[in-house]
Amino acid sequence: MSSTSTATAGPVADSPNRTLHAWWQAAPFTLVFVLFFLIPLGLIVMVSFWDFNEYELLPAFTLRNYFAIFEGCYTLTEHGDFCVSLSTYLSTLKFSLLVWGITLVLGFAVAYFLAFHVRSSGMQTALFILCTVPFWTSNVIRMISWVPLLGRNGLVNQTLQGIGLIETPIEWLLFSDFSVVLAFVHLYTMFMIVPIFNSMMRIDRSLLEAANDAGASGWQTLWNVIVPLCKTGIIIGSIFVITIVMGDFVTIGVMGGQQIASVGKIIQVQTSYLQFPLAAANAVILLAVVLMIIWGLTRLVDIRKEL
Amino acid sequence: MAHATESRAPGFWPLATVFALFVLFMYGPMAVIFVLSFQGPEGGLTFPLRGLSLHWFRQLAEGLGTVDIGAAFLRSLMLGGVVMLFTVLFSVLAGLAFRKKLSGGNALFYVTVASLIMPSIIVSLGIGLQFRLLDGALKWLLEAVGATTMLEEYGTALGLFTSALGAHLTWTLPFGLLIMFAVFNRFNPAYEEAARDLGAAPWQTFRHVVLPLIGPSVVGIGMFGFTLSWDEIARTSQAIGDVNTLPLELQGLTSTVTTPAIYALGTVTTVVSFAVIGVTVGLAMLLKKR
Repeated sequence: MSSTSTATAGPVADSPNRTLHAWWQAAPFTLVFVLFFLIPLGLIVMVSFWDFNEYELLPAFTLRNYFAIFEGCYTLTEHGDFCVSLSTYLSTLKFSLLVWGITLVLGFAVAYFLAFHVRSSGMQTALFILCTVPFWTSNVIRMISWVPLLGRNGLVNQTLQGIGLIETPIEWLLFSDFSVVLAFVHLYTMFMIVPIFNSMMRIDRSLLEAANDAGASGWQTLWNVIVPLCKTGIIIGSIFVITIVMGDFVTIGVMGGQQIASVGKIIQVQTSYLQFPLAAANAVILLAVVLMIIWGLTRLVDIRKEL
Repeated sequence: MAHATESRAPGFWPLATVFALFVLFMYGPMAVIFVLSFQGPEGGLTFPLRGLSLHWFRQLAEGLGTVDIGAAFLRSLMLGGVVMLFTVLFSVLAGLAFRKKLSGGNALFYVTVASLIMPSIIVSLGIGLQFRLLDGALKWLLEAVGATTMLEEYGTALGLFTSALGAHLTWTLPFGLLIMFAVFNRFNPAYEEAARDLGAAPWQTFRHVVLPLIGPSVVGIGMFGFTLSWDEIARTSQAIGDVNTLPLELQGLTSTVTTPAIYALGTVTTVVSFAVIGVTVGLAMLLKKR
């Protein structure tokens, strides 16, 4: 219907009509995000100020939930530790930074190899797909696949005992901070490889030749030409990895043997006890922290551009 | 090849080693549980293999403890199918819309990206909360109009094809839209113009010109939709109600099941993922040939 009118009407007259037509096409897509993303987020913010008892949620405007989260955080505990909330946030942040650093270096190296050392484009595509296929398989399966390797009687301990390097099995290989970080790196390095590889493929190869001709060493070319030009990919990958780890509760749960705390886990536990206002307040704080990190990351780029 | 080796840039071999180790790191553990799922009846969670058998697959088919694996499998399969369908339909339509003048399109794009990078537990909590508030409102409404029988029968609005479907779409649609962007960035509008000049209606242009050209990518979007839904845990966890999908059951089983049956389950789900990838690649190649 509108197509006939666009055919006959002039370009000025049909402009609002066309944008309306376009919005009809985008409507189902938009509706999903309004219904299942924007409204739920709004409700989280709203309910974080509500009151609750054992049976129901009580509409109100109270800061009780926020105070409850930071209860006892103004001083150190008698053992000189931070309060539970603060130490959980710090622990989650520690995991994020650690995983971010490792995946960045590893992802950059893999992407660099694919982009600059593999010459035929067919081979490049094949190896790239080889790196991305695990992304389409189950995360939990990929987590438990470490059990036969890292367990008390796992392959690593068997081998180390077999060659006489250790006498008793190493206990910290599984269900520990180590296995959590290992699983994160295993699962999410792909999120670094893809955007960084994408950035690298857009780099004009003649720039590298120019750097070489001007007498730059390999490291100088890498640091002064390639890294700055990959900045977008690095930032996108970093945002992915950091936000995933900050909100995680599945990996930390399974690989930590349900013993390690994380912000996501707190939210999950509070939700399962139907303490929605507390969970919502925690979600708001988590969201604020994540947004600050993203803001910081994007600022980092601009500052470098200024210099 | 010997000549090529000599002319390799410095750093090739160290990086090639890193790459090979990375691939081993990616696939090694998965290969191990694949092998161990064929463990003999006496075998345990780790090596050595005590014979080869399908014992643990049979165990799996009979159900693990109280968990009905078959039912969860079917639920996940159905949900994945529906998510795939909606992801393809909505992403392609939205992709077409973004090619036109879409005022406010930037805002929609930012919301989509925000959904992609939002910690999943927050999305999940939000949807769970939304549906519980909806339950409360509906019960209040039913009570107000005095529909007592309906009130007694009413359980919850949370479910596989309501809240869980919505939660999955917030995760799959951003990927779908990004793929559509990538497709249309490389798309030559001259074909469409030619079709239009020849008098084709917009629907005909889409059906006979645009769709065959973007076909392989559309199949790819379908694969993203299915496989991402098939393995989804974090967004589903708080937004599904009483029933569970296969990965959620699997996550629960990791702490209770201590036999290779869990590896058998892992092998089965991975085979499904690979089958979907295989079918997709085959279909995309077929479409490309035509």
